[in-house]
Amino acid sequence: MAPIHYDVIIIGAGMSGLAAAIRLAYFERKVLVLERHYAAGGLNSYYALGGYQFDVGLHAMTNYVPPGTRGAPLTKLCRQLRLRPEDFALVPQYQSEIRFPGIMLRFNNDFECFIQEVIEHFPAQKDNFLRLVRCIRDYDELDLEAKPISGRQVVSSYLTDPLLIDMLFCPLMIYGNAAERDMEFGQFVVMFKSIFCEGLARPREGVRRVINVLRRKVREVGGTVRMRCGVMALHVKDGRVRSVELDSGETLTADTILSSAGYVETLRLCDDCEPEPLDPLAGRLSFVEIISILDAPLKHLGHDTTIVFYNTEKAFHYEVPKELVDPRSGVICCPDNFLYDKPLPKSVIRMTCLANFDGWSGLQEAEYVAAKAEWLPRIHREVLQFVPDFRDRIVFTDFFTPRTIKQWTGHLNGAVYGMPGKIKTGRTHLENLFICGNDQGFLGIVGAMLSGISMANLHVLKK
Amino acid sequence: MTNDQIRQAVLQIISVIAPDEDLTHLKSDVPLRDQLELDSMDFLDIVMELRKRYSVEVPEADYGQLASLDSCVAYLAPKLTAK
Repeated sequence: MAPIHYDVIIIGAGMSGLAAAIRLAYFERKVLVLERHYAAGGLNSYYALGGYQFDVGLHAMTNYVPPGTRGAPLTKLCRQLRLRPEDFALVPQYQSEIRFPGIMLRFNNDFECFIQEVIEHFPAQKDNFLRLVRCIRDYDELDLEAKPISGRQVVSSYLTDPLLIDMLFCPLMIYGNAAERDMEFGQFVVMFKSIFCEGLARPREGVRRVINVLRRKVREVGGTVRMRCGVMALHVKDGRVRSVELDSGETLTADTILSSAGYVETLRLCDDCEPEPLDPLAGRLSFVEIISILDAPLKHLGHDTTIVFYNTEKAFHYEVPKELVDPRSGVICCPDNFLYDKPLPKSVIRMTCLANFDGWSGLQEAEYVAAKAEWLPRIHREVLQFVPDFRDRIVFTDFFTPRTIKQWTGHLNGAVYGMPGKIKTGRTHLENLFICGNDQGFLGIVGAMLSGISMANLHVLKK
Repeated sequence: MTNDQIRQAVLQIISVIAPDEDLTHLKSDVPLRDQLELDSMDFLDIVMELRKRYSVEVPEADYGQLASLDSCVAYLAPKLTAK
């Protein structure tokens, strides 16, 4: 029997793959999305444990603008997917904080407030900061041909106070930087706009809402998603992918393959590629996250901040930690503290810190469990400098590590933001294989969806 | 299709692509881009919606012909009269 043929096969039912599928199916391409996991969403997904529901990824959706805001990424995204912004039911944040020793910068979804906050705390940097903001506003981050430049270098050419520089980089790196220590300036601009100029919001139902909206739309426009259906190999001949072999042994063919599995991860599937020279290109930054269900909202303990980005030392270190976890900096997210019209059914606190993939994956099962038990109080100790003591309100805790992320997403090293060297054009060495998602280089959930959309437009629909 | 039907068809397509825009006071002889927030992605979509709905091909060299409502009608009329 001849293998089933598609116009496009998409690898991965994450945000970028589903968005690409909607575009392609809407314009009458025969599209199949293949997902190895039984839950969609990829790095932004969900699970149930101990009778509780958990989100992974999405603390908040960045790039939030009120519905109808012209020219914003969220507006573009909705137009391209023929969705309404209301479909995502986004609820804006209350207020977030960047906390360094002895100083705090607050921000909400009104960028002017953040500008005032910076000027108030760093009066000597006022003109420099305003010039940096103009430079960021004028920068075209959508230019796929832009050459990478060092963000630290560019920002330091405007700002002269290292503390302010670190306080700006801290949230932007933690929420989207694939490289250690420095951040490519284009990526800095994308993140700066998405977090400070635009803002944070969350659907009341969390990431499930976003995934369900996308999956429903894929179905509505005639695309197919096959779950628990991983790709084992891409068979290559004469510079093209000739066929797609599934874990089950089944073979499919397609004119074009769009992969959100990651650049190195995708090339490792190609039977003309050797993995050894590729592996060093993969990203290495991963995180642990502790998610605790509480029996009372943190608001009742006096904490109404949505997200705290914290750093407990003078300088901010964004690199793979030598130990299993680096608790000196991180994020504390309270999904309760968005401006919902009614409170969430369960109160939650999420704490995220940089972690070492090799360390966690080298542990035997008993050591792995012991390491979690050891790090939980160490992370609490740091976090409790910024939130009221919530420990006696905990009813259930889950703790996931870079090993967990690798297991469920297939991303090498459990890398959450992909590889440092982004491939903005999405091209590979094969003429009908393209990548989208993390390694293509648009960031955040809105960015991931725009990545799928723009790669579908560029490599399939425009042809 | 009559010119008026073509005009309505184009308006219908724009309303699907940019539901957040108010089209009631759109001037026929002024470029769409001067009146609406439409980027190159949106123009690509106008072309693809024309193909999807009416099987009309608009080669990239002709995209400029879709600048205003009037020029859309003038350009599409010979392609759509039979439909």
